[in-house]
Amino acid sequence: MIEVQGLTRTYGTFTAVDDISFSCVPGTVTGFLGPNGAGKTTTMRIMVGLTPPTSGRVTIGGHLYKDIPNPGRHVGVLLDASAQHAGRTGREILELGAATMGLPDSRVDEMLELVSLTPTEAKRRLRNYSLGMKQRLGIAHALLGDPSVLILDEPANGLDPAGIRWMRGLLKGYAERGGTVLLSSHLLHEVEQIADEMILIGNGKIVAQGDKKSLLAGAAKGGGVHCFVTALDNAALAAALTAKGITVASAGEGLRVEAEPVEVGRTALEAGVVLTDLRGGEGGLEDLFLELTAETQREAVS
Amino acid sequence: MSATTAAPMTLDISGTAPTPFTRLLRTELRKTYDTRSGLWLLISIGIVTALVMVIQVSVAIAQDIQVSYNDFLTSTTFSIGFLLPVLGILLLTSEWSQRTAMVSFSLEPRRAHVIAAKLVVGVLFAVAAVVVTLLLAALCTAAFNAISDIPADWDFGIKRTSFFLLLQVIGMLTGFAFAALLLNSPAAIVVYFAYSFILPTIFGIGAELIGWFADIHPWIDFNNAQVPLIDGSVTGEEWAQLLVSGVIWLVIPLSVGIWRVLRAEVK
Repeated sequence: MIEVQGLTRTYGTFTAVDDISFSCVPGTVTGFLGPNGAGKTTTMRIMVGLTPPTSGRVTIGGHLYKDIPNPGRHVGVLLDASAQHAGRTGREILELGAATMGLPDSRVDEMLELVSLTPTEAKRRLRNYSLGMKQRLGIAHALLGDPSVLILDEPANGLDPAGIRWMRGLLKGYAERGGTVLLSSHLLHEVEQIADEMILIGNGKIVAQGDKKSLLAGAAKGGGVHCFVTALDNAALAAALTAKGITVASAGEGLRVEAEPVEVGRTALEAGVVLTDLRGGEGGLEDLFLELTAETQREAVS
Repeated sequence: MSATTAAPMTLDISGTAPTPFTRLLRTELRKTYDTRSGLWLLISIGIVTALVMVIQVSVAIAQDIQVSYNDFLTSTTFSIGFLLPVLGILLLTSEWSQRTAMVSFSLEPRRAHVIAAKLVVGVLFAVAAVVVTLLLAALCTAAFNAISDIPADWDFGIKRTSFFLLLQVIGMLTGFAFAALLLNSPAAIVVYFAYSFILPTIFGIGAELIGWFADIHPWIDFNNAQVPLIDGSVTGEEWAQLLVSGVIWLVIPLSVGIWRVLRAEVK
């Protein structure tokens, strides 16, 4: 439904988006994941025609966004929940949107109800909204025109845990009814439970894409296998592992070992060291995410 | 939805009508008064206009000075004369300062339609301001006539009324043009005031000192070229000067500004 083909956007010598291609399929939620400044927002802005691409193109349902008449009726967009007039009431913001799209005001009431903003809250001005309330309002705005495609940039940002769970349910339901959802996040745990398909982006390039299973499988193949182990005698265990040619590094109370847990357990048995904790590297996607985007991280990954 | 009926990969847009211009016009109009700041700008334009005239009529009555209907309209240089351009500026720049352009342009990607709707709203406000001003001026003239011993001068024709309207529309459009060029409220307002208050003085000094500049001065000073409109009689050459200076200060900035808005990355 959303087709991104060879998309590039440069600013002078800086390449914000570097020749990326992917597609989003109806009935699925696609998570667009990457650290801050990876190019997620730029990509989404190009999708809806707010930023012109340097090269490449994006079509939604076979059309360029600018060629879709009354696009709010087909594509729901939330790029920045704060990009609304601070002096307008929540309700007025939705009514303006509804008026532009040619929808009755009753649609505004339905949407307010859907995102659980009370009539009193809807009467307050946006400057008095918390970030979470702005996000709810923004989601209501995106859904106003009953679109079949949703493009949401960091929609969970500022939502409390209950709010995040609510949004997960909302978007899953939306996709199950045949909708297409693309949402971005820099927080993996927000996305991994909801997205059917994930696209990892770093430094403007797609570093991995696929569903959760294939991503983890790919990571294992890439030799990223490791586990965390704590023993009564860490030094003895480390020595035994090193003797086998396995890389060991200290990590917190214990060790980070570049091997399968079974290998570590066997070594401990042979060396006669008592283990108190042994975990496979099932930080899983989190580690994969950090590894894949390591070069683009502001903080060094240890 | 059953598993066999796969959702279509294309959007069927055949049943969707493009957003009609009248709908954009209505929303743009609504945006001018649906915030406290917007509403108070409109109210204060009315209050300031009335206030200037009330002061004028009070002074005239107290000091037995003859005033005319026309004098009340001329005094609007100090009210709608500079508040309409500010309105014209904020119509456009508020979309950038409040970042609502992102929403406006994603709901209507044909940006030219949104800009055109804003321009029409600006012209509508200029017309409304003129209507209110004419009514207020009539009230003040009648009050003067009733209270003062001196009879009021009602002379003001269709021609002068249309010149007055033209002046206000030009003022609003000039503000709008600077706004489109700068896309920043404070910058556009400052530049507009420099253009209308400081620039004429500089032009005047230049014309005094430099011979050849005195010759081209009437053709490049848009403020000065509007004076005949205020006076109510415009010669053929003065129309030409208005047109030429208008191209420099209104048409070019407006065209470049709109061209820029149509292409700009909206953040």
